[in-house]
Amino acid sequence: MTQGLDVSALFMDMVKASAKVDIVQKKLVYLYMCTYASDKPDLALLAINTFRKDCADPNPMVRGLALRNMCNFRMPGMTEYIEQPIVAGLRDKASYVRRVAVLGCAKMHSLQPNTEIDGIIVNELYALLRDPDPVVVVNCLRALEEILKDEGGVVINKPIAHHLLNRMKDLDSWAQSEVLTFLLRYHPRSDDELFDVLSLLHAFLQSAHAHVAVATLRLFLHLASAHPAVQADALLCTSAPLLATCGAASRELRFTGLCHVQQVMRSQPGLFGTHYKCFFCGYSEPTYIKFRKMEILVELVNDENVALVLEELRSYCTDVSPELAQAAIAAIGRIARTYSEKCLDILTGLLALKQDHITSAVIQTFRDLVWFCPQSTAAVCQTVEACVDSPQDSEGKQTLLWLLGEHGEQISSAPYVMEGYIDGLKTELSSAVKMELLTTAVKTFLCRPAETQDMLGRLLHYCIEEESDVCVRDRALLYYRLLQRGVEETRKVVTGPKSDPSMSVLTGRQEEPISQWASTFNTLGLLSGRDLCLQTAVISAADQPSNSTGKELLPDVTLSSPNDTEEEISLSLGPPLSHETFEKMWLDLEILHRQTLGSPRPRTAPDTLQAALQLVKIQTLAFTPGDTVLWKAYIYTRSTGTLILAELLQGDPQAPGSDESLVVSVKQQPVNQHAIRGFASILKSVLQTLNVDSS
Amino acid sequence: MISQIFILSSKGDHLIYKDFRGEESKDSINVFYEMVTALSGDQPPVVMSHKGLHFIHARQGGLYWVASTKTNPSPFTIIEFLNRLAALTKDYCGSLSEKSVRMNFALIYELLDEMVDFGYIQTTSTDILKNFIQTEAVSSKPFSLFDLSNVGLFGAETQQSKVAPSVAASRPIMSSRGEQYNSKNHGVLMKADIHGEIKIKCFLPSCSEMRIGLNEELSIGKSQLKGYSSAVRVDECRFHQAVKLDEFDTFRILKVCPSQGEQTVMQYQLCDELPCAPPFQLFPSVEKDYVNRVLIFLKLRCDLPPKSTALNVSITVPVPKGSTSMSQELSSPDQTAELQPKNKALLWEIPRFPGGAQLSALFKVDVPGLSSASLLEVGPVSMSFELPKQTCTGLQIRFLRLSPTQTGLSQRWVRYVTHSDSYTIRI
Repeated sequence: MTQGLDVSALFMDMVKASAKVDIVQKKLVYLYMCTYASDKPDLALLAINTFRKDCADPNPMVRGLALRNMCNFRMPGMTEYIEQPIVAGLRDKASYVRRVAVLGCAKMHSLQPNTEIDGIIVNELYALLRDPDPVVVVNCLRALEEILKDEGGVVINKPIAHHLLNRMKDLDSWAQSEVLTFLLRYHPRSDDELFDVLSLLHAFLQSAHAHVAVATLRLFLHLASAHPAVQADALLCTSAPLLATCGAASRELRFTGLCHVQQVMRSQPGLFGTHYKCFFCGYSEPTYIKFRKMEILVELVNDENVALVLEELRSYCTDVSPELAQAAIAAIGRIARTYSEKCLDILTGLLALKQDHITSAVIQTFRDLVWFCPQSTAAVCQTVEACVDSPQDSEGKQTLLWLLGEHGEQISSAPYVMEGYIDGLKTELSSAVKMELLTTAVKTFLCRPAETQDMLGRLLHYCIEEESDVCVRDRALLYYRLLQRGVEETRKVVTGPKSDPSMSVLTGRQEEPISQWASTFNTLGLLSGRDLCLQTAVISAADQPSNSTGKELLPDVTLSSPNDTEEEISLSLGPPLSHETFEKMWLDLEILHRQTLGSPRPRTAPDTLQAALQLVKIQTLAFTPGDTVLWKAYIYTRSTGTLILAELLQGDPQAPGSDESLVVSVKQQPVNQHAIRGFASILKSVLQTLNVDSS
Repeated sequence: MISQIFILSSKGDHLIYKDFRGEESKDSINVFYEMVTALSGDQPPVVMSHKGLHFIHARQGGLYWVASTKTNPSPFTIIEFLNRLAALTKDYCGSLSEKSVRMNFALIYELLDEMVDFGYIQTTSTDILKNFIQTEAVSSKPFSLFDLSNVGLFGAETQQSKVAPSVAASRPIMSSRGEQYNSKNHGVLMKADIHGEIKIKCFLPSCSEMRIGLNEELSIGKSQLKGYSSAVRVDECRFHQAVKLDEFDTFRILKVCPSQGEQTVMQYQLCDELPCAPPFQLFPSVEKDYVNRVLIFLKLRCDLPPKSTALNVSITVPVPKGSTSMSQELSSPDQTAELQPKNKALLWEIPRFPGGAQLSALFKVDVPGLSSASLLEVGPVSMSFELPKQTCTGLQIRFLRLSPTQTGLSQRWVRYVTHSDSYTIRI
């Protein structure tokens, strides 16, 4: 059974076996029954008699066991059989049975979630909060929380809060951290009471159990939100247990600790400054821990430890794992924004290793460095000039080209390096590199025309005449036409004024107020990284100004369709989704809505379609080119807290008759049918307008 | 609250599955396994989400211990609980492996049934649990007095009621980092971190008070010093909540009524200022030999006292990328060395290394296309080892007494061991 085999056919024999006295056998039979009860409700009813008999057994262990398992039967109509034993169990003299009975109330409620709340049971549970057994007390809180979920959960008033605070010492660590979470709901009336509560709890800040210490810290941060000094003091007290978890034997715990340290540092960057050595990576640690540690190290750098930290990071740069090596190089790049000279020495030294992934990462770091602190430009240019071998991956190539273009006048060899790329253009696969090459060539031409003119001509000729990629061709045409307007005109456009990001380095990162993260402290969201972040991003996505490129092209798209009587829904673009995230979510979610749009695919250029959709705040992620038979497009948008993903499909072989018309399939997270209807009608009207235009 | 708990083998076989709330179907196991195997290195794998269901997992003994939940609980609680579950399973079954979990599945279900109800943690204390656990544990290996790691604590039938040994082991985890230069004889110690703990493994059937005496000159914290002899010092220590400390301040005696099973009585930490020299000193030299060959000469000295021995010493030296082959000269036949091109490293293993001894090894590594910069890729050297009968802090158990003295036979074993966690030497 535990290995996934279906043995439900034996249920009848098991019912007979349950009458046995042997307690080991009984436990196994109960386990079996709980697993299959929902499949065979009629047979399970036969077993109920045995259970009820066991509920009256003189041995409290048997009573508790029977009651617990009986409540675990998840089948309809169970309530009438379990109600009486539960009520009896609440008054049992053995605390073991009371514990089971209290949670039994919650189970009973979850079996029939829509029934009215039984006032008697609720009152009884509130009374049991005074029970001498600590586990019964905590179970009461848990059960009340579930039963009263619709009314906002269990009420923590002053007497209950104080009672719980006084019982804290009797509880075991699991119960302690749970009670601390319940206490988040309590607001002391006066400052005096608040400080009484806090001093009662102060000892728990340094509990040997990390989960208790962290739960206490969370409560402190919450309760003392008006007293920053108290918060700072609590953080200081907890720093020792937090650091201890960062060195714990269990990797998972270590990771959790690191994530929380990172969060605390958002407000108190100095708190762990003296302990920077705790964040040096051990060689046997898994990569995900090393990444976190490096992120923390970068934040902790100061005048005293910079040399040691850099030396440590330097030794990670030659790690076996390319990802780790690249992350270490990027970390050095971050430190270089403050301590450029030392870091540049290290980075230059790394170039001598002549390993592709290292060279590429170093050059990318240089690019960011030049952008964020322009004063290092001269040194970087010197190094790039001296660097003989060029990166092989497209990311690295793009970066090198960008550097050449941006600072061509300082790198004397720029035209010759570029010439190498232009000569190898036919074998270049990545269109992004080609685009970058075009920009670089034009920029270099503007500052050093004599050396570049010839190769720029060759490049433009190739890109316009022979290149198959539309984007590259369009970009080349753009530059060609621009150059036709004259060199000065081109200079104005290509090397226009830039924003100055170096200001942000000087001002440094703002220390965030604690309240900004206190609500997520000690929750899963902190650890799970992307997925939960994505969800919050969806919710917090404010209406961003839409990309207005489409406006000139299609000034007369009307948004509301004539028969749209529903209340207008507003779409927004929000932060962009990456292809990977989109794909992952697309695979995860179910199709909620499918509809034929009744109009064929507009025969316009892909750019126009994209711009038109963007105008109504629908972002196009990808579409199949031109006249493919099975034409597809993936689009997404956000609306009032939900993310809508959609696929447009023309000529689906499975849907005959829809040859001409587009079919849209919508997925959404979280579900909001109203938004889907609004989205569909907007989409429909855009496509209709486009079709009218193009015909 | 926890929705399901399951234990999977590393191959994804279902070993244990318990659904506490009936919110999710059993398919979530497969969903989890697909997600965890599809992970690449840079993603944080501890918490994963799928359609509103969060999986939190810990790896122990080569198994996945997974809890799933639909709410947003404290990650510390869940992870510590999973670790505790694994530790309890180990206590009951003797060892953590796929085999022992399979053999004791009834017992583990019983444990889970008592520990968690409706997704809420009820208790994890061995004292309470042992009253309820009825199934006898099945030991997967024959019982041997010499291999204590394999003894089931409560149930294992191999254990006789007359033998009631209790063991206190002091187990500092040595994690130190030395920095050494090519030309200098003495390296500079950059960072040393010792995490130690005193563990009790107790088989006594009835609970009586145990008194553990530590070094009297033990001092805690930076400023406090006791006596004139060379002090044994730790920076910080934490005690199990059941330890009574009334005699600790004056006599350094811990009083505890141990419950059956393994418990950590005291945890301590020492940073940077070690009382003794780090156990190993390395004198490396790395040279370019011929056109395509690197010469690595390593001289390793063990600075332990002459009577002690280090066991299972293994030394990992990173070598330049593209190394193809290696020839070696080792000083004794029981040592081995091999080149691992996949990890860009050479591994030198020494099964026994007596204190005060000095071993040397010469490796010639062929690297096609060698440049002088490639030599920078050699290093840092990392080592792993075990030091039996040795604590780096010098903390000792002076005595271990039971009061009132047991009439029957009671045996006491004290074991000291130091494990390396991350011992790295820069070249």
